[in-house]
Amino acid sequence: MKDLVIEVRDFRKTYGNFVVVDGISFDVKRGEIFGLLGPNGAGKTSTLESLEGLREPNGGSLRVADVDPSREPRKLRNILGVQLQSSGLSESITVDEAMNFFCAYHSVDPRYDLLDRLGLTEKRGTQYHQLSTGQKRRLALGLALAHNPFVLILDEPTAGLDVATRVELHNIMREQQAEGTTIILATHDMAEAEEMSDRIAILLRGKIETFGTPMEITATGAGLTKVSVRTESSSLSDLGITFPAVSQRVSKDEYSIYFSTDIGPTVSAIIAHIEAEQDRLIDLRVERPSLEDRFLEITTTGDAQ
Amino acid sequence: MSAFINHFSFEFRTGIRNKQLLLMNYLFPLGFYLMIGFIMPAINPLFLDTLIPAMIVFAILAATLLALPDQLVTAREDGIFRSYKINGVPASSILIIPALTTMLHLLIVAAIITITAPILFDAPSPVNWLNYALTFIAMAVACAGISLLIGVVSPSTRMTVLWSQLIFIPSMLLGGLMLPYNMLPDVAGKISQLLPATQAMNAFNGLAMGVGADFNPWGSVIVLVLSGVLAFGLAIYLFNWDRHNTTQRGHPIMALLALLPYAVGIFLL
Repeated sequence: MKDLVIEVRDFRKTYGNFVVVDGISFDVKRGEIFGLLGPNGAGKTSTLESLEGLREPNGGSLRVADVDPSREPRKLRNILGVQLQSSGLSESITVDEAMNFFCAYHSVDPRYDLLDRLGLTEKRGTQYHQLSTGQKRRLALGLALAHNPFVLILDEPTAGLDVATRVELHNIMREQQAEGTTIILATHDMAEAEEMSDRIAILLRGKIETFGTPMEITATGAGLTKVSVRTESSSLSDLGITFPAVSQRVSKDEYSIYFSTDIGPTVSAIIAHIEAEQDRLIDLRVERPSLEDRFLEITTTGDAQ
Repeated sequence: MSAFINHFSFEFRTGIRNKQLLLMNYLFPLGFYLMIGFIMPAINPLFLDTLIPAMIVFAILAATLLALPDQLVTAREDGIFRSYKINGVPASSILIIPALTTMLHLLIVAAIITITAPILFDAPSPVNWLNYALTFIAMAVACAGISLLIGVVSPSTRMTVLWSQLIFIPSMLLGGLMLPYNMLPDVAGKISQLLPATQAMNAFNGLAMGVGADFNPWGSVIVLVLSGVLAFGLAIYLFNWDRHNTTQRGHPIMALLALLPYAVGIFLL
């Protein structure tokens, strides 16, 4: 089995003269959760739909587990599970019927165990339109997993879900990952992307603007790291004290808060100062820029350009 | 095979569960049948001779033209076909299975009308049951085919209403359901031969009810079957999983080819 499960090479998608995806390339490894992020209209949906075999590329190549999505739809449907953003189900279909229907077309036995796992056992006879948003999302995930796909595409899997359901879905995603399933996660929820993804690509106007692990992405850019310090005495209260790489200082709730462009020298100098003043450190918190901060930075800078 | 049976069973239940489909498959045709059965024979006693075929043709028109296209467009716009494509549901199943389940609902409605009309209204029963069944199937296939075609080429549910009414309303006025074909002016009669309802009433009258046909009744059956098969073929050819940003395989105007057998029939029958 190849280590690279999804291979996107110079992929290009146009609608008439409008270029939606402009020659992007990336790989996704086996058992990886890959976050595909971007503002609306960045080309995410076209990329996902081309990987799902719903659209044909206008250039470049796409491979999903060695299968060409647009030319080998029969092979693709056996290895790919997709949780669509839109329902994709008839309003009057019951939970049981939906499971039977899709499993029949995949030639596998209905996975009632998944309905149980997703907390839908009591809803098996309920029609789709009578389910809550969370139940609909859970059913969509259950149907996507029913034929044990090798690759899973999740489009906004936790949109509109309560915290408990969201955690449960994240657990299921991690279990799938542990079993070797490769997952592409498209989401507008940056916290979810940061928490779940092994690597992330941020698309902007049809191009990959940045690519890497969440850590790598948040470490780059102009984002300032927030250092909050509380001491027993008031050794930091003098506004005249300066520390290296600090661009801004504020006070709040007995904390002195520093915004640093280079965290190492800043923290070392603060601790050295506290010790020199024979003060005692009570609390020190370092908050690096979040993925959301970085995403906003990338997309707003990109838009300005 | 299991997938087909599963799909068929689900679609059949949808035809009863979905309020709009229940209305068009059962409530509207049977309600109209009861109303007409009580009113029309009192106004025109001769109407009784064609009550059964007229009400069956009406039921077919309502369940197909007024329900099937909208069902298809709604499913496409809701992304259901995209999900079907990803999960390997073939385009032919998406089109043929709802048509078949509609025919099964129609069979039930036709049986209710055929059994109750002689009891409730003293309407004459068919004299040739085989031809009666054959004409029913031909009309159901023709209307289901046209309805699928309307659903496939219509960009929105609003357009399905327009296209469907373009066939439904003339069928009610000129199709021989309320007003016999021989009472129409010549030109109107010829134009009415473009409608499946006219061909079906002619075939029912000439082949099954013993009333006498106005033109070649077997020709009408052939026209209905040919147009139905042509419409099914065109619907599958022109079918699109989703209308946004996808290339059409053929121009929607190709759908008019399904009317070719009727047009030829005007000159030959």
